[in-house]
Amino acid sequence: MPALLNVNKMTHYFGGLRAVYNYNLNIKPHQITGLIGPNGAGKTTIFNLITGVYTPTQGSITLENENIKGLETNEIAAKGLGRTFQNLALWRHMNVLDHIKMAHYSQLSYGLIGSFFNTTKCRQQETQIEENSYRLLELFDIKQHADQIVTNLPYGAQRRVEMARAMATNPKILFLDEPTAGMTPDELGQMIKIIRQVHQDFNVAIFLIEHRMKFVMELCQYIQTLVFGELIAEGPPEVIQNNPEVIEAYLGKEDLT
Amino acid sequence: METARKFIKTFSNVPMLGWLIGFFAAVLIEYYWGYDYISYYLGLPKIPVLFGALIMLKEPIMIPGAIAYDLIVYVIPILFIAKVSIFFTNRVAAVLEKTPLWMSAIIHLAFFYGVLHLWAGINDYRVLIVKLTLISIILTISINVINGYQGEFSCSHPGFMAIGAYISSILTLYFFVNDKTFGTAVLSSELGPWLFPIALIAGGVAASLGSLLVAIPSFRTRGDYLAIISLAFMFIVKSAVENLNVIGGARGMGGQPDYAPLPIIFIWTILCIWVVHNFVTSIMGKALNAVRDDEAASESMTVKTRKTKMTAFMFGAFWAGIAGGLFAHVLAYINPGMFSINRLAEILAMVYFGGLNSIIGSIVGAISINVLGEALRPLELFKWIIIPLILILVMIFRPYGLISFKEINAKKLLRSKHKREQGA
Repeated sequence: MPALLNVNKMTHYFGGLRAVYNYNLNIKPHQITGLIGPNGAGKTTIFNLITGVYTPTQGSITLENENIKGLETNEIAAKGLGRTFQNLALWRHMNVLDHIKMAHYSQLSYGLIGSFFNTTKCRQQETQIEENSYRLLELFDIKQHADQIVTNLPYGAQRRVEMARAMATNPKILFLDEPTAGMTPDELGQMIKIIRQVHQDFNVAIFLIEHRMKFVMELCQYIQTLVFGELIAEGPPEVIQNNPEVIEAYLGKEDLT
Repeated sequence: METARKFIKTFSNVPMLGWLIGFFAAVLIEYYWGYDYISYYLGLPKIPVLFGALIMLKEPIMIPGAIAYDLIVYVIPILFIAKVSIFFTNRVAAVLEKTPLWMSAIIHLAFFYGVLHLWAGINDYRVLIVKLTLISIILTISINVINGYQGEFSCSHPGFMAIGAYISSILTLYFFVNDKTFGTAVLSSELGPWLFPIALIAGGVAASLGSLLVAIPSFRTRGDYLAIISLAFMFIVKSAVENLNVIGGARGMGGQPDYAPLPIIFIWTILCIWVVHNFVTSIMGKALNAVRDDEAASESMTVKTRKTKMTAFMFGAFWAGIAGGLFAHVLAYINPGMFSINRLAEILAMVYFGGLNSIIGSIVGAISINVLGEALRPLELFKWIIIPLILILVMIFRPYGLISFKEINAKKLLRSKHKREQGA
């Protein structure tokens, strides 16, 4: 199977600090890949590099054999990289429905003039997007909150809004940055269910950062372990689980003397 | 409190049309009996221009008379007629509801304009106040696009206004007027009023091109730094104009033809409200809010943040330019001093008083600050204590302004109130 996303020998420096070194990634269609590693290992930096927030110092990134390195974040997002954020990045004065509608931005074709004069084309597109948005809201079980300002929602629902919003951009790969951060075990179970459902219904590949081993082991088909910006191990969950280097990175070295 | 609520509830079934008819009746009363009978018997020297505020502040002895005048001419007739006519107005409103929204809106607006014209026509001072208030509405809405919807703190609005005012003045003076600086008119002056919109739009476009000087730095900076840059822009425009002797320099520029009567300004104001409303309620326009609230998230959700910022600035500046052009042709004289820090303070007061992120808030803000400014004129220096005090109070109790984060819902505003009563 050809790779959907291919990252080759990506290296990035922040000034003199080497944040990521020689990073390789290969995501196949419909695959769930996990990225784990201790705090400060550079996981979120890798997300930011691939999604175009930073441009890597070296290396190449291709999406469906098309170079995406150096493009603007919004262009990369429009090409099919949806993402969520580690700390919720919702628009605090906007209601839930508008969040989902906004994520359809790249699909708008009526132009500024269309929006100034509320042309027929503009109205048609907006209605269509609204219908689509309601469908997404229903799927993520937040339709009842549609008119509410997003900051008034409970935490779990806010997470779902963020996810629904990412799905509205129509991504080929969904990047999830710690989707369960700050969740109770109860909500955790729900989240696993939602991610599975998204994975199936939308037929997307998923690339996620996570700290909770249970979550990663249960969901991912392939796991990478990052320490100080370098991959130390990768492979299917069973392999990672028993890899001594991974255990060392997480639990520290066993002192045998 | 309880009685007040009951009192308000009595009028809950009056549709917009009812209030308009009430207003119409009040204006008719003032028009026919205001001077000859009512103000005469109340001992007032003339018809109170702004609901008696000026008279009350100048001569406190007239206060009872002025209040009585307001009650007799405005309050009582409006409430009475509005309430009595509901059986009729609700039915008409129900019929209008079945027509397309734009038609109903145009009928309401036309009626409103007619009444406003009659009210303002009582004397020239009122006409001028209404004209300047309408221009302020355009200004306030346009700055709300940048400071409210887009959430930048831009101080360059007087600069945009100046560009619009000067460009459109130069065009009208050059083409339609025998002026001593620009020579004889190039085109027949009869064409003037018809081609005036083009001059205005040219002024608006020039202002929006000028706004790029502020928009492009806004890609990198926000908040305080952008405020400083935009303030600098305002002063650059002002001193540039002061040093251009071709257009009068600091002495200013006069003799603009009177192409901006009340109906023209009213139409431009409505056009501005309509276009801005369309824009900010579309997804394209809501991108402004998204960029304001979280730029990184907007980028990741495919929003073109740079384009959005540029649009906000250019769009806001365009309408500021239009407002400037109208302003120049209302006063028939402009000088660079008009577009300085005082104007900025006034514009900012209007937008922050009225409410951010809301067109209706901008309208309320523009009207209240303008009318307050005129009504408190006799207090002279104290006016500049009272208005800021009110602003401070608003900022304490409603940090985003009186009416913020609310959009006009024309359908709800104009609907018949009859059905709801039956349904309840």
